Amino acid sequence: MSTHTLSVLVENKPGVLARVAGLFSRRGFNIDSLAVGPTEHPEVSRMTIVVAVEELPLEQVTKQLNKLVNVIKIVELEPAAAVQRELLLVKVRADATVRSQVLETVQLFRAKVVDVSPEALTVEATGTADKLEALLRMLEPYGVREMVQSGMVAIGRGPRSITATAVR
Amino acid sequence: MTSATSRPTPAAGNPGAAPARPKPAPPAGAPIRVTGAQSLVRSLEAVGVEVVFGIPGGTILPAYDPLLDSTKVRHVLVRHEQGAGHAATGYAQATGQVGVCMATSGPGATNLVTPLADANMDSVPVVAITGQQTRALIGTDAFQEADICGITLPVTKHNFLVTDPAEIPRTIAEAFHLAKTGRPGPVLVDIPKDVLQEMTSFSWPPELRLPGYRPTTRPHGKQVREAARLINAARRPVLYVGGGVIKAQASAELLELAELTGIPVVTTLMARGAFPDSHAQHLGMPGMHGTVPAVGALQRADLLVALGARFDDRVTGKLDTFAPDAAVVHADIDPAEISKNRRADVPIVGDCKEILVELIAAVRAERAQSPAADLAPWWQTLDTWREKFPLGYEWPADGTLSPQYVIERIGAIAGPDAIYTAGVGQHQMWAAQFIKYEKPATWLNSGGLGTMGYAVPAAMGAKFGRPDKVVWAIDGDGCFQMTNQELATCAIEGAPIKVAVINNGNLGMVRQWQNLFYAERYSQTDLGTHKHRIPDFTLLAEALGCAGLRCETREDVDTVIQRAMEINDRPVVIDFVVGKDAQVWPMVAAGTGNNEIMAARGIRPLFDED
Repeated sequence: MSTHTLSVLVENKPGVLARVAGLFSRRGFNIDSLAVGPTEHPEVSRMTIVVAVEELPLEQVTKQLNKLVNVIKIVELEPAAAVQRELLLVKVRADATVRSQVLETVQLFRAKVVDVSPEALTVEATGTADKLEALLRMLEPYGVREMVQSGMVAIGRGPRSITATAVR
Repeated sequence: MTSATSRPTPAAGNPGAAPARPKPAPPAGAPIRVTGAQSLVRSLEAVGVEVVFGIPGGTILPAYDPLLDSTKVRHVLVRHEQGAGHAATGYAQATGQVGVCMATSGPGATNLVTPLADANMDSVPVVAITGQQTRALIGTDAFQEADICGITLPVTKHNFLVTDPAEIPRTIAEAFHLAKTGRPGPVLVDIPKDVLQEMTSFSWPPELRLPGYRPTTRPHGKQVREAARLINAARRPVLYVGGGVIKAQASAELLELAELTGIPVVTTLMARGAFPDSHAQHLGMPGMHGTVPAVGALQRADLLVALGARFDDRVTGKLDTFAPDAAVVHADIDPAEISKNRRADVPIVGDCKEILVELIAAVRAERAQSPAADLAPWWQTLDTWREKFPLGYEWPADGTLSPQYVIERIGAIAGPDAIYTAGVGQHQMWAAQFIKYEKPATWLNSGGLGTMGYAVPAAMGAKFGRPDKVVWAIDGDGCFQMTNQELATCAIEGAPIKVAVINNGNLGMVRQWQNLFYAERYSQTDLGTHKHRIPDFTLLAEALGCAGLRCETREDVDTVIQRAMEINDRPVVIDFVVGKDAQVWPMVAAGTGNNEIMAARGIRPLFDED
């Protein structure tokens, strides 16, 4: 199975997330990650959905999504032609003995420390899933006390806009 | 006598007269101040609703007040919300117009779930309007509160919760637009009680705001030409016709294409009547209980031209052995159906009527350039099957009445102009097999969901939609006991339908499977309608204000049907007491491939041929 990133423009109306999520579970498609947020048009929201499916089921996913009345447009974003980012917040055990080593790792990954206490640091990092995974691997030996991660958001490279033609 | 369109005043109407269909002129002009409920009723009038099937209750009460004054919308008070939903479906299937049902919040709304799921599976345009608890109480588990939008989300084409009375006209217009365009389907509109009570302004027509809804109706010219090329070259082609042809009202175009090409036609359970049964090119119904020629034709075809059909498992049998040598042209209005189950070589998205019109022209153009393939050898094979394996039945050895005979006689006596509805089970399959359908929209049944209890309320809805037609509900004794209360509605509101209860005393189809696959262990299938005669269907019919007749012998069948045909002042129920051992054949057992179709027990024509 391969991973596909779908950008889905939907009407900003109550219940739309439930319609999309319900469709995936009902038709037996697995969502790897899902992120929703506003767009430059207040009446339109944008979902970034990462699914792990073969080519043919992906066609079904897209067609079924398109049938939802509140779905305006669906674009598959190819990894090579898109910027993909996730956000990670992670609380790492870091007392005085290891703090400098942890900070070095944070710098290597161009992550940021957003909170500090005598025994722990909270690190904020954005990047691709691979990068965040690598960072986590480096931090794990110190002890990850808690972490939270967003779904992926993605946008196509170049000047074109997927909202331009879909929203008038 | 009363007719179904007349107001329930005594002695009005003429059942033979053409149905009066006044098209209300949409009230245009400046906004007027009304309540939300008045706005709802005016909106229903404006979209042309003639009949609403429903039951009032707490939260929908405000809507029922202005409904009392409407001269355009007739409300039919049903006995159970499920009846309202199936009546709306029957109305829609018989007329091609949107059927409307109405219920209160909570249990009223949840009782609509089965008919909505049913309409969703069979792509029937239905709009359901439900009351909802007041806005402030939503989400508090208030009395008769149910999240009906959440509940019906997977079984409707779309649904709306109206939170602003100003949105009522637009929402109703959008609901009807969604229900009847593209691939038709049910749409639910949930309206909180205080939204109905609040003052608002009404103006018509509203502007539709459906930025994500753009059904494709015009087919792609290149795909149509490619389909025409395949059709012209195919040596063993079949037109695999589904319910979409009836929805698109494309029977005339189908006939033209069939006669132009000489290609054999099969009509699915949802498409019975789309192509005349009497036509020489018609091989009958394919599928689990299809004819040997129809099933065999699909299996041996080199080209399937699927028109408004969806390769349902009941048609394909085991998918990986279905039509192994066939290329597939798949024409459907719903792009998601194409290549869902079977990969299409030539996908055509569009309205079946438009597709057929363009396809006919493209086939003509193709033929002008290259001669069509010779279909004579194909027809020889098909005719051999037709000759060797015609549809038929044997009389029960125990001397009981044959259910197939009863159904066959009803079809012969009531004729191709009548409308037939059916429940689900053996009687449904026999009604699909042994009644000869010549015209579209004369066969209404629950194909996709398989809803027992569909027949009586659907027949009621059909009768309200087509009061000029004789409407027969072919029902089973199991199905009939699920929804027969609507006969009270029929009797009181003036819908003189005719119900044939094919009473074999059992849940017949389940019993057949127990006979074939569960070593004749009949677990929980004997309903006692034979042994105890509980209920006595003739007495039950009389109690519900209908004429109750009974028939137990072959000699009486025609006479009793004739008598039923003569009763037009009230509904008629005939208790046909038939043998319990009759079975539906041919049969492709669930989970097996179509090659293993059995014409009768132990006879496997296609398998043995290989």
